[in-house]
Amino acid sequence: MARDNSHNVVRLSDVTKSFQLGQNTVEALKGVSMEIKAGEYISIMGPSGSGKSTLFNMIGALDKPTSGRVFIDEVNVSQLDAYELAWLRCRKIGYIFQTFNLIQVMTAIENVTLPMIFAGLSRDRYLEKGLELLKLVGLGERYQHKPSELSGGQQQRVAIARSLANDPAIILADEPTGNLDLATGEEIIYLLKQMSRERQVTVISATHDIKMINVSDRVVWIRDGRIDRIEDRDRLTVSVGAVA
Amino acid sequence: MAKSIERQVILPWRQVLRIAFNSLRVRLLRSLITTLTLVLAIAFAAYLWSGYEMLNSVWPNAPDTLQQRILDSGYEPLNGRFGASAKDRWLAILSLLVCVVGIVNAQLMAVTERFREIGTFKCLGALDSFVVKIFMLEAVYQGLLGGFVGGLVGILTATVGMTLHFGWAILGRWPPLAMFIILAASTLLAMLLSLLGVLYPALVAARMQPAAALRSEA
Ligand SMILES: Nc1ncnc2c1ncn2[C@@H]1O[C@H](COP(=O)(O)OP(=O)(O)OP(=O)(O)O)[C@@H](O)[C@H]1O
Ligand SMILES: [Mg+2]
Repeated sequence: MARDNSHNVVRLSDVTKSFQLGQNTVEALKGVSMEIKAGEYISIMGPSGSGKSTLFNMIGALDKPTSGRVFIDEVNVSQLDAYELAWLRCRKIGYIFQTFNLIQVMTAIENVTLPMIFAGLSRDRYLEKGLELLKLVGLGERYQHKPSELSGGQQQRVAIARSLANDPAIILADEPTGNLDLATGEEIIYLLKQMSRERQVTVISATHDIKMINVSDRVVWIRDGRIDRIEDRDRLTVSVGAVA
Repeated sequence: MAKSIERQVILPWRQVLRIAFNSLRVRLLRSLITTLTLVLAIAFAAYLWSGYEMLNSVWPNAPDTLQQRILDSGYEPLNGRFGASAKDRWLAILSLLVCVVGIVNAQLMAVTERFREIGTFKCLGALDSFVVKIFMLEAVYQGLLGGFVGGLVGILTATVGMTLHFGWAILGRWPPLAMFIILAASTLLAMLLSLLGVLYPALVAARMQPAAALRSEA
């Protein structure tokens, strides 16, 4: 999937993150450096508590690292002001969560169009594109439904449509299949893979789901706040067998 | 793929008004419960004030027997006016305190239980000012409604109560202008207190890192 002229869409340089819990300091990340090329499909794997979600928040500019630097498209995120950060989260990155995180009081179409409203698109434009995206994820008929009226898999599809709203360069997913059954999880994985292939979006996904390995270009194994090893597709073919 | 980062646009008020109104409409029951606190607190204050105003209105022309009954009921005029004695002042302050605490508490809880939603808004590109505006607008809508209804309830209860207690003379000298002022003041007060109550939690929520807001249980 890596393209000839591909650049580093994400670069982490010795990122650490610690949390203060009363007297104790929890070091969730202990110095993570890595580079992710445009168009790659990356899975971040590791045991529970190893720091995957914390890493997700760092890459997505959803939290500040304690030390180290995060670059998105070679721009140092810590040097952005509030307006630039909001623009980055709105336009450059699409987020997908284990718990879907749809706005409960809004319908599917309202959820999908929200990032485009924030981006300042016109009503005609965002409605048209919102419906188009819902069709793309197979929910064209359900646009008027609230999240509470949709199944988990359908909610995650809405979330995927929403993440694509402003044609982001990166889709960040934190255990996107974690709350879904096996078959539904598989559908979501292939939907993400399809998006990455057809739209050249970089997909970065923290996961426990072994099926995710099959579609990944690289797998980053995290252990205890550090990168344990990074395996790329060729090695994976050997160690896992069939590649989709 | 452009490499530069631009600045997020500020959402027009029209969109913010629409989102805030929708949010209240859909969560009608929950927002009515928040508003109910407002109604009750304001009704208590409006009940006290309108009671004093009715007495002030009826007192100068009241026959001695009625004046005696009013005094026997524990009301104390100061220089011919009710609601001015130390005890009455204290009651009025108490009723305001009930309003402040009740409204601030209701808004605090209403915002806190929506941290997740705020975190999501911010992931999708909301500016801090958008989050603050949404909550301020919702508070204004709730304050206006709760204050108006609370004022009405308070005035009505006081009127019925006074009439039952002191007879039709109360209704005969019912002061419309003073009641209107109380209703307007109740509405305004509720709106201001509601805004005050929502301001601090909304500012805290808006400034949170999205990751922290998303982690909170809802
Ligand atoms: N906001 C926080 N405050 C305190 N400690 C935190 C916070 N966020 C994460 N941690 C701690 O940091 C460590 C890494 O957490 P993280 O959520 O990144 O793990 P994870 O790999 O995503 O786990 P899981 O697979 O269970 O989701 C854990 O020990 C966790 O308790
Ligand atoms: Mg996690």
